Amino acid sequence: MRRYLILPLLIALFSLAGCAATLPQRGTGDLGVVIERATGSIQVVGTTNRTRLGQITGLGDLSHASVNYSRDERYAYVFGRDGGLTKVDLLEMRIVKRVIQSGNSIGGAISQDGRFVAASNYTPGGVRIFNAETLDLVADIPSADRAGKSSKVVGLVDAPGNRFVFSLFEAGEIWVADMSAPSGLAVTKFEHIGKDPYDAMITADGRYYLAGLFGEDGLALLDMWNMEAGVKRVLNGYGKGEQQLPVYKMPHLEGWAATGNELLVPAVGRHEVLVIGMNNWKEVGRIPVHGQPVFVVARPDNRQVWVNFALPHNDTVQVIDVPSRTIIKTLKPGKAVLHMEFTPRGEQVWISVRDEDRVEVYDTGTFAKIKELPASKPSGIFFTPRAHRTGL
Amino acid sequence: MLPSAARQTELLYFVRQDCGSCHGLRLEGGLGVPLTAAALKGKPAESLRDTILYGRSGTTMPPWNPFLTEAEAGWIVQMLQKGLP
Ligand code: HEC
Repeated sequence: MRRYLILPLLIALFSLAGCAATLPQRGTGDLGVVIERATGSIQVVGTTNRTRLGQITGLGDLSHASVNYSRDERYAYVFGRDGGLTKVDLLEMRIVKRVIQSGNSIGGAISQDGRFVAASNYTPGGVRIFNAETLDLVADIPSADRAGKSSKVVGLVDAPGNRFVFSLFEAGEIWVADMSAPSGLAVTKFEHIGKDPYDAMITADGRYYLAGLFGEDGLALLDMWNMEAGVKRVLNGYGKGEQQLPVYKMPHLEGWAATGNELLVPAVGRHEVLVIGMNNWKEVGRIPVHGQPVFVVARPDNRQVWVNFALPHNDTVQVIDVPSRTIIKTLKPGKAVLHMEFTPRGEQVWISVRDEDRVEVYDTGTFAKIKELPASKPSGIFFTPRAHRTGL
Repeated sequence: MLPSAARQTELLYFVRQDCGSCHGLRLEGGLGVPLTAAALKGKPAESLRDTILYGRSGTTMPPWNPFLTEAEAGWIVQMLQKGLP
């Protein structure tokens, strides 16, 4: 009797294998997305074998695009400059849903519980909050100040307590939107936080929200554990009287490196990285670097910080050794280095080199280049472990 | 004097990519204002050229004279006002 059972069993096995070919059974923790800026496409990449797994097209204007991940690390939410919000399935490698949520958008965030994605907008301003599952609109928060004037919204992040925090560029305000409020949404506003906040970040523990100011020196700080204390100015008057250089590319604060008790941040319009002590929020050092820093990102172990630069120094990447605050390596990946992303535990870093149409992978221990991957005008690189990090 | 054909290609790329980081790849605006033909219609070319060369203080628009000659900035304004190809 037994012998006759083998054939149907084999057929069942083969058909299972057939299924697996159309939808690979695999985890997503080593996947990521590379934005191809000019063609409106993204590449899905794998960091274990450093390979391109596929390309997805039709995502619109992806200049300045950013990506957030669902908490299961299966779906990428891609926020495009043209106001498009696209939900992409990394396993099936296809667009699940795409909505045009506004005229001109700049960034996104996903809530602590994973139920909401938020998009911040330049035109017409404001923040829109969507159901992460369906992309249906849940809430619309116009960014009108007291006088009714709309502001560009920048520096949108999530914070513990299912909150979103963001800054108003023209008005100079920081707002906190609480999605766990009994009414479904409560907004707390902090006015007069400083002139022209251009971007912001939140520390990995979700406690400190810091906005960089373009219109004046210093940073605006909100302690999320003690919001009653209000927004404080830190590093006030930094660099007063010094000549600020023209800024050809706004620094990004998203990757601000918080290395335990110090924060390394790009100085606006200066060839310096600032070191801020987090116990008293005072400047404790400055590290001279090759140009105006754009991204200042810490390797996951916080021992190294990697820096890229604005024009005309954007062919260079420098590595800072955090304990000694010295530059230990200068790399020249090529013209227009736009972004750097570490593998989950930091043994490698992926670097996008826009004008060379490629992504380069480096060993962060030896600084040897391990691989080059072709990509069409690559900009942002986003790996799925961001799914589990507050503020990313 | 018109920039050479090779330099023109370079400049168009530069405008899309590097001006695009503030003005949008499609120049429809971002942190910077829109630079589409419609947005620039009727604005004096010379003052636009000077904005490109010297920037606008008090705003994030930087001076580009380290990278562009007067003729090149003038040519960019012409292209912008016609609508970038
Ligand atoms: C760091 C951001 C930034 C970059 C990069 C940038 N711009 Fe601007 N630009 C601005 C802002 C902001 C304004 C609006 C200034 C104002 O409010 O008056 C502006 C204004 C202008 C204007 C005047 C428009 C008008 O209607 O009056 C022109 C022309 C212009 N930019 C061209 C360029 C060109 C060409 C480049 C690249 C070579 C460039 N910009 C790069 C931020 C930028």
